[in-house]
Amino acid sequence: MTTLVTTPSERTGPAGAPPRRLYGVIAEFETPGALMKAAEEVRKAGYRWWDCCTPFPVHGLDKAMGIRNTILPIPVFFAGLTGTTIAFLLQSFTNSWDFSIWALVWVTGYPFLISGKPLMSLPAFIPVMFELTILLAATSCFGLMFLFNGLPRHSHPLLANDRFRRVTNDRFFVVIEARDPRYRAGVTEEFLKGLGPCAVEAVEEEPCPA
Amino acid sequence: MSSLPADMGDAAGVGASGTIGGEVDNTGNRPGRREPLVLGMDTFGEVTRTVCRVTEAKRPPMAWYIAFVISVGLVGLLGFCVLYLIFTGVGVWGLNNPVMWAFDITNFVFWIGIGHAGTLISAILFLFRQKWRTGINRFAEAMTIFAVMCAGIFPAIHVGRVWVVYWLFPIPNQMEMWPQFRSPLLWDVFAVSTYFTVSLLFWFAGMVPDLATLRDRATTKFRQFAYGVFALGWRGSNRHWHRYERAYLLLAALSTPLVLSVHSVVSFDFATSQLPGWHTTIFPPYFVAGAIFSGFAMVVTLAVPAREMFGLKNLITLRHLDNMNKVILVTGCMVGYAYGMEFFIAWYSGAIYEKFAFINRAFGQYWWAYWIMVSCNVITPQLFWFKAIRTSIPLMFVLSLVVNVGMWFERYVIIVTSLANDFLPSSWDMFIPTWVDIGTMIGAFGLFFTLFLLFCRFLPMIAMAEVKAVMPQADPHHGEHGHGEAASEEKGSHA
Repeated sequence: MTTLVTTPSERTGPAGAPPRRLYGVIAEFETPGALMKAAEEVRKAGYRWWDCCTPFPVHGLDKAMGIRNTILPIPVFFAGLTGTTIAFLLQSFTNSWDFSIWALVWVTGYPFLISGKPLMSLPAFIPVMFELTILLAATSCFGLMFLFNGLPRHSHPLLANDRFRRVTNDRFFVVIEARDPRYRAGVTEEFLKGLGPCAVEAVEEEPCPA
Repeated sequence: MSSLPADMGDAAGVGASGTIGGEVDNTGNRPGRREPLVLGMDTFGEVTRTVCRVTEAKRPPMAWYIAFVISVGLVGLLGFCVLYLIFTGVGVWGLNNPVMWAFDITNFVFWIGIGHAGTLISAILFLFRQKWRTGINRFAEAMTIFAVMCAGIFPAIHVGRVWVVYWLFPIPNQMEMWPQFRSPLLWDVFAVSTYFTVSLLFWFAGMVPDLATLRDRATTKFRQFAYGVFALGWRGSNRHWHRYERAYLLLAALSTPLVLSVHSVVSFDFATSQLPGWHTTIFPPYFVAGAIFSGFAMVVTLAVPAREMFGLKNLITLRHLDNMNKVILVTGCMVGYAYGMEFFIAWYSGAIYEKFAFINRAFGQYWWAYWIMVSCNVITPQLFWFKAIRTSIPLMFVLSLVVNVGMWFERYVIIVTSLANDFLPSSWDMFIPTWVDIGTMIGAFGLFFTLFLLFCRFLPMIAMAEVKAVMPQADPHHGEHGHGEAASEEKGSHA
């Protein structure tokens, strides 16, 4: 396997441009198995600001990387409960109660008497309560997942790298960021090379829009 | 149950047991081994190329243009019919008193039902860990969204005064009036709008990694920007994948009861009324089974030409189609059972109006509609007991069309025959559709196919990331230390 290292100094842009700050080092692997072994080594070496990037979720990689379970289901559960509550209050206010509240404008409830049915007909309110529970839980699940992931974002140093483009196709990457306290220029690159990647490359921060 | 597919090395033909009609036969169910779900491809890159080729080709196949021109023409017809209706009034339809619902609600229920298969594939089969869903889930979900869009048109335009359709929603207004929340029609508003929103989010969330693939392969600035915007900056980080997978599981778990609730609520529109023929407790499960039945038929109708047109036969394989035909068979039997049980209860209840409604349905003035429904929905799917028919591409295509026709007639029979002959014989009447009724119905198909063709051309039609994840190579222990096959087989049997 060829191992290729580029350092920031080799990759300076147009003459006179200030050298860019280093974002980190990426190591490219060909198979999920190789990535998995590398991930275990990187974790054992004590790195903290690092990541694996893959075209699809690799089974068992969370454990190899030591990722703790996300708290996502907890806020989603409470969002669902909020939906239930909102739906109950909405229906009982608009169809059973007759006081006024201020919700951007003054609105008044209306005791909607149909065929002598009870004003507070809870069984009839259940379908809408169910639907709003699902609606709020699902939208918050979608929104919070991307929010926790720090997405959407317009650009990222890794996305500007040509080699990294294959991460959404067929290649597997280990990324160690330069801000990691254990990162040492040269040493970390050698460490990554020892894990049997097909390539190692340094990635710079994007230039600041001056 | 969810063990790994057989080793990919076999995929090109060694492992598969031969061919059926020129297609690789991977429909076998031999114990101890898994037939491959991806044929003739050994690397992840090949999957990417095969799927991306559809959107990256300079121009789509000729068949796409022909289909697109016809579909857009039909959208024009839809637009004309809807505008004519709005400017003139609902009198342009063939409705009368007592048949106040006919083509409009028939089409609404038909399209909502079509959508259910997409959610079933994406959510319920996901929870059941059915790996074959990965080949078909993306376009089945797209089908759901487009079908719900078509469905939404009909209740919106049937209200008469379309310009006050927002009264359906609880919006504060100067009249201090609120919608009536004890009405199943209002439940429907909430159920269908929730269904549309959640399906759209589920579809989009699933597509983000694949949009990132298209972004990273883009050769022009415009493509890179356009796909980049919707890819949300996805970079395949495993810390992201971790939350993504959890969110996907949660969305599947939320969509599963949702999809069952939507058609149940649609059936409440009928079941909670007092009309003989509608007022039955079997409606919710019966409607859900019918919805999945018709939806799977539509998936087969779309999958057969799409895999042909875009060269996706190695990803949407005979096994996928065979499995879908089995679902059609099962749900077809459920629908047949429901038809029988309706008749039994009509007799067993001893209610003369109920008895009359059903005898009239089968032997009254709409007997032809009833028997079209029975022959298409009960008899046709029974042919799928035969493997030769389940694996014959032309036959399954024709049968899926027949099922679509049958399910349209099912809704027509339920709605129109029950309304036409209610309690008072002096008010009985026939429903005869006008050209506007028929034009709107055909136009909705045009809208559906237009959206679907645009989707095929511009978006990743197959969930690449998910397909790659079910390939044997995706297993980190695949091919380990030279005894890879043994290792993965063993792991598979314990998975």
